[in-house]
Amino acid sequence: MVEAADTGVVFWLLAAAVLISGFLVVSLKNIFHCAIFLVICLTAVAGIFLLLDAEFLAAAQVLIYVGAVSILMIFAIMLTSRLAAHNVIQTNRHAIIAFFISMVFGLGAIALIAGTHIWRLAIETLPADNIATIGKLLMTEFMLPFEVVSVLLLAAMIGAIVLARKEGS
Amino acid sequence: MIWPVAFAELRPIFDWLYDMVSSTGLPEPWLSVVIYTGLGAMMFGVLAVLALYLVWWERKISAHIQQRFGPMRHGWHGWYQTIMDAIKLLQKEHVDVATRDKFVFFWAPVMCFVAAFLAYVTIPFGEGLIVADLNIGVLYIMAVTTFTIISLLMAGWGSNNKYALLGGMRSAAQVVSYEVPMVASILVVVVFAGSLSMVDIVRAQDGMFYNWFIFRLPFGPIAFLTYIVAATAEANRTPFDIPEAEQELVAGFNIEYSGMKFAMFFLAEFVNMFTVSAIAVTLFLGGWNGVFLPSWFWFLLKTFAVVLLLMLFRWTYPRLRVDQLMEFAWKFLVPLTFANLILGAWMKYAGWYW
Repeated sequence: MVEAADTGVVFWLLAAAVLISGFLVVSLKNIFHCAIFLVICLTAVAGIFLLLDAEFLAAAQVLIYVGAVSILMIFAIMLTSRLAAHNVIQTNRHAIIAFFISMVFGLGAIALIAGTHIWRLAIETLPADNIATIGKLLMTEFMLPFEVVSVLLLAAMIGAIVLARKEGS
Repeated sequence: MIWPVAFAELRPIFDWLYDMVSSTGLPEPWLSVVIYTGLGAMMFGVLAVLALYLVWWERKISAHIQQRFGPMRHGWHGWYQTIMDAIKLLQKEHVDVATRDKFVFFWAPVMCFVAAFLAYVTIPFGEGLIVADLNIGVLYIMAVTTFTIISLLMAGWGSNNKYALLGGMRSAAQVVSYEVPMVASILVVVVFAGSLSMVDIVRAQDGMFYNWFIFRLPFGPIAFLTYIVAATAEANRTPFDIPEAEQELVAGFNIEYSGMKFAMFFLAEFVNMFTVSAIAVTLFLGGWNGVFLPSWFWFLLKTFAVVLLLMLFRWTYPRLRVDQLMEFAWKFLVPLTFANLILGAWMKYAGWYW
């Protein structure tokens, strides 16, 4: 797609967007603003997928996470009057200590993984028609997980309907 | 640099422009940036003018349906009326409510406007006249249209007005519901073309008009009808315009917006209408295929015909109620489109098509 020299700059821009918007999601006081920054964060992740030549994954990311999950979250925020009241404080007085402890664990985990794992690069070149290959694999090799996920989603949907339904109606 | 696309018919113009840009001696990444920005600006200009003319067209059509003349003062039959309107809106004062959510209120129209233009990356205006032929073409368009919904929700929330909030929520519920039958009717075409790329889909309909997907009996016409119905709902147009139902919600999500911010929502709506029509033409009506005349002319002709159809819908049908709207989507359109998709896939598998 784009030359290697250009992707470096684009990657760092996208990574910065993911980190900054992700931080704002967990720190802002207005919960609607948090939802908007979550949308930005997820879109930037889709951009990183695009850089990695995973177009299908990028489109699915936007379609599912931005188009369905985020919208339903915003919807829930709008319908919940207690959340709709401005300024829900997300942190408590242990925030700074918690930040440092989680930083230690996070950086430690990264250091451990980076030190032990040998990262394999893809040896084969990507097939020209990415999506057709994904589709074939989903219908043959990964048929069972694919169907199990479908059943799981169906069960969640039926569960939601049962919970939302009023008794006796 | 190699052109990202083969602009076959407009090639000389683009070559000349490319020579102009490259003679400045910019290094490679920046040259691409300049060229892509130029392409984007060109697309933006064309679509902004187009949206203005669609507004004029809609006003004339509605007027003639209601036995009026519509705009007549500016030029022949008022042809530059909407340009004047746009200049007026640019100069108008922005009246913002004091209790608005400043950040959300400001970015909602911007996001709506940008989202309306994103789909044009993969719309083939003619043979080789496409900004980028992505191999996920249709899926890309479906993905970027979701940003429109978020912008409407932002407008509804940011205005801090109960009518705006209701309008935003109604539009989100509606668009999320109608996206399901829309995708299912598009998938019928994808199954038969064997590709998600817009160019490949048009190429699968090469030849005379009976090769168009709308004429592939029996699933083609059904898929086209369900697509048009779902697309009308996606574009928030009557009979599915409950997000801005004037009699119930005054103006819906855009009630607190004034001046150019309002105009951005208004123009985005017309750009969206052109987008869904262009997708309908690409998927069902053979795209740029046609005889004698250049391919872009055929594409625009067919697209304007679909736009005319959507405008006639608006001025002939009454608006649906909220519950009717949801019932129609989930209890009628969704089963129908899925049955149609299964039938189409089975026929493709059995080889019963021509």
